[in-house]
Amino acid sequence: MDWQGQKVVEQLMQILLVISGVVAVVVGYATESFRAMMLIYAGGVVLATLFTVPNWPFYNHHPLKWLDPSEAEKHPKPQVVAKKRFSKK
Amino acid sequence: MHSFGYRANAILTFSVTALAFICAIASLSDNFSNQNPSAEIQILNINRFKKQSYENDEVSLTLDITADLESLFTWNTKQVFAFVAAEYETPKNSLNQVSLWDAIIPDKEHAKFRIQTSNKYRFIDQGHNLRGKEFNLTLHWHVMPKTGKMFADKIVMPGYSLPDAYK
Repeated sequence: MDWQGQKVVEQLMQILLVISGVVAVVVGYATESFRAMMLIYAGGVVLATLFTVPNWPFYNHHPLKWLDPSEAEKHPKPQVVAKKRFSKK
Repeated sequence: MHSFGYRANAILTFSVTALAFICAIASLSDNFSNQNPSAEIQILNINRFKKQSYENDEVSLTLDITADLESLFTWNTKQVFAFVAAEYETPKNSLNQVSLWDAIIPDKEHAKFRIQTSNKYRFIDQGHNLRGKEFNLTLHWHVMPKTGKMFADKIVMPGYSLPDAYK
């Protein structure tokens, strides 16, 4: 999953869970059914899991552009130079 | 959020936290319910009233209990525990509470009832103070929720008394 996809996935997960929680409480309170609240929330959790956990292709539309290998060779990595000991005078 | 395990963990912890919030809201909603339970108790008969061979006083009663506890049930109620206690004062204790009968009411359909029964639990005093004693019969209830805070309350019915002599 690319960076853009990760950001979208995190927001989507939070929004889906919060909305299903709110809907669950409202419907449960209105119908006086605790069971309704729990079922709606469980459905919301399953939905959020299906949407955000697997690595769907539409989260990969902005892939990271890695540096081309030929370009990398033109700019060699800095080498570690052995330290010269300065002799005491 | 770069790996499957990371996302699975994130959704697990967030959903459990949100579940805790939902249950807290459900419990808070209980504060807004209007409750008006009612009850009435009559003593039909005093069966036995004696001293337990050189020990404490004991009474056996037959009670007729009528109660309507339907309004205590909300969407977040699992069951209501109700009990009847005899309350009186003695020189030794400023308050004696003796539980005579209790019941678990599992749902609203069973919450309006009338039962005639002898006391489920023995009414034994600490001493010999019960002759001619005036006492209250109090119906206590505990509303046990599915999630959250438990509420307890009572109705005090004064004016009952025991005979002046052993039977």
